[in-house]
Amino acid sequence: MNKSEYKNIVKKYTPNEDKLKNAFYAFVSGGIIGLLSASIYALFISNDVESTIATSCTLVILILASSLLTGLGFFDTFVEKFKCGIIIPITGFAHSLTSEAIDNKNDGMITGLGASIFKLAGSVLLYGMVSAFILAIIKVIMNG
Amino acid sequence: MASLKFKNVYLSDNYTIVGPLEAKSNLKKYNMKINDYYFGLKTFEGAEVKMQRVIIDHLLKKNKDIELIVGGDLSNQLVTTSFMAANYSISYLGSYSACATFNSSIITLGALIDAKKINKGIAITSSHNKVAERQFRYPIEYGAPRVKRSTYTATGALGVVLTSSKTNIKVESATIGSSIDYGVKDALNMGAVMAPAAANTLYKHLNDLNRKIDYYDLIITGDLGKYGANIFKELCSNNYNLIVNNYLDAGSNLYKEEQNLNAGSSGPITLPLYLFNNILNSKKYKKILVIATGSLHSTTLVNQHNSIPSIAHAISLEVS
Repeated sequence: MNKSEYKNIVKKYTPNEDKLKNAFYAFVSGGIIGLLSASIYALFISNDVESTIATSCTLVILILASSLLTGLGFFDTFVEKFKCGIIIPITGFAHSLTSEAIDNKNDGMITGLGASIFKLAGSVLLYGMVSAFILAIIKVIMNG
Repeated sequence: MASLKFKNVYLSDNYTIVGPLEAKSNLKKYNMKINDYYFGLKTFEGAEVKMQRVIIDHLLKKNKDIELIVGGDLSNQLVTTSFMAANYSISYLGSYSACATFNSSIITLGALIDAKKINKGIAITSSHNKVAERQFRYPIEYGAPRVKRSTYTATGALGVVLTSSKTNIKVESATIGSSIDYGVKDALNMGAVMAPAAANTLYKHLNDLNRKIDYYDLIITGDLGKYGANIFKELCSNNYNLIVNNYLDAGSNLYKEEQNLNAGSSGPITLPLYLFNNILNSKKYKKILVIATGSLHSTTLVNQHNSIPSIAHAISLEVS
């Protein structure tokens, strides 16, 4: 049996993921997070907070909430249920940092926690910055 | 020289420790359960070492004349087993075949006992879900969504005494498998990675010892999982013309359906847990072929887009 024949057998017996169902959960849960952030932001604005400060404060609250829930051990069960709806927003970024920090705290402050905290989030940072840089160049070229 | 026949190798006392999920699984018995993944220590790695230590301490109480410990686990550089062994002055040999480690340990120890080089030794293996998650997957608290084809590393440890004095379980023969690569690159689909090795070892074993498949009352594989077990059956009939009926996979049967652990259990402890606590004491089967399967990968080589080789070692047990 060659490798491609085997690939077909594997395909035959391997279950497909419920992509549509997962996307729906992600859509709803992502939407709820969006709604929640918009409400927090609106609350700040209605209390006469400046809009840039209101944005930062909303983000800080979301980061704090997801880090706290990660530390208390609930967040991973939420993610398993709601999938990318809570990984993609900033909640997921905070979650990756906190979970790496907890995981590596016993391996030393420098060699463990410090070295590993950006292991998952590093890609988000790097490629976020690279794409921001490219988009900025495109913007400059187009707008002069 | 893939297969060896043993004349005087027997399994004697064994001791099992299980984790919290395994205690609620289909296992019929165990000696000790840990409710806390830390086992009272600061790290998961320490907890796994402690599980092995508790087992060796228990086995040494009844067996003072142990000459050799052979064993292994999933951790890099076999640190769990080696750190356990550092507490004893007994000779120690580490063995790594990923999730087939239990059988490779039994084969090494069995060959030494059969050659009358030693009389008594302990084969030990363990896996710890949190240690494996940290090493192979994501941080413990990181909620990466789990796919249906993925397996869940079981937590537990088991040690068994092998001896040249007669008991009711004889290790009758063994087959050392070859490392086999069928081009699967998906580390989440370990059943598909390991099924070809299991089928190949089964064929080699029957061929070397000139046996028909119905010679055995039961063929049990390690941790192919629900989907891997089906692939294994299809490969046996397609490639080797073997129809596997009297068969079960330990990984598919360990956890209960309502535990929702996708394709089932994996880890080197899966097979010995199920074998010693559900099969050998059931008295239902006299001749059992135990095929342990292991996926021989590291995260580095998977990240470098290599396909994953696998291994399967078989031992034949006779229960009287």
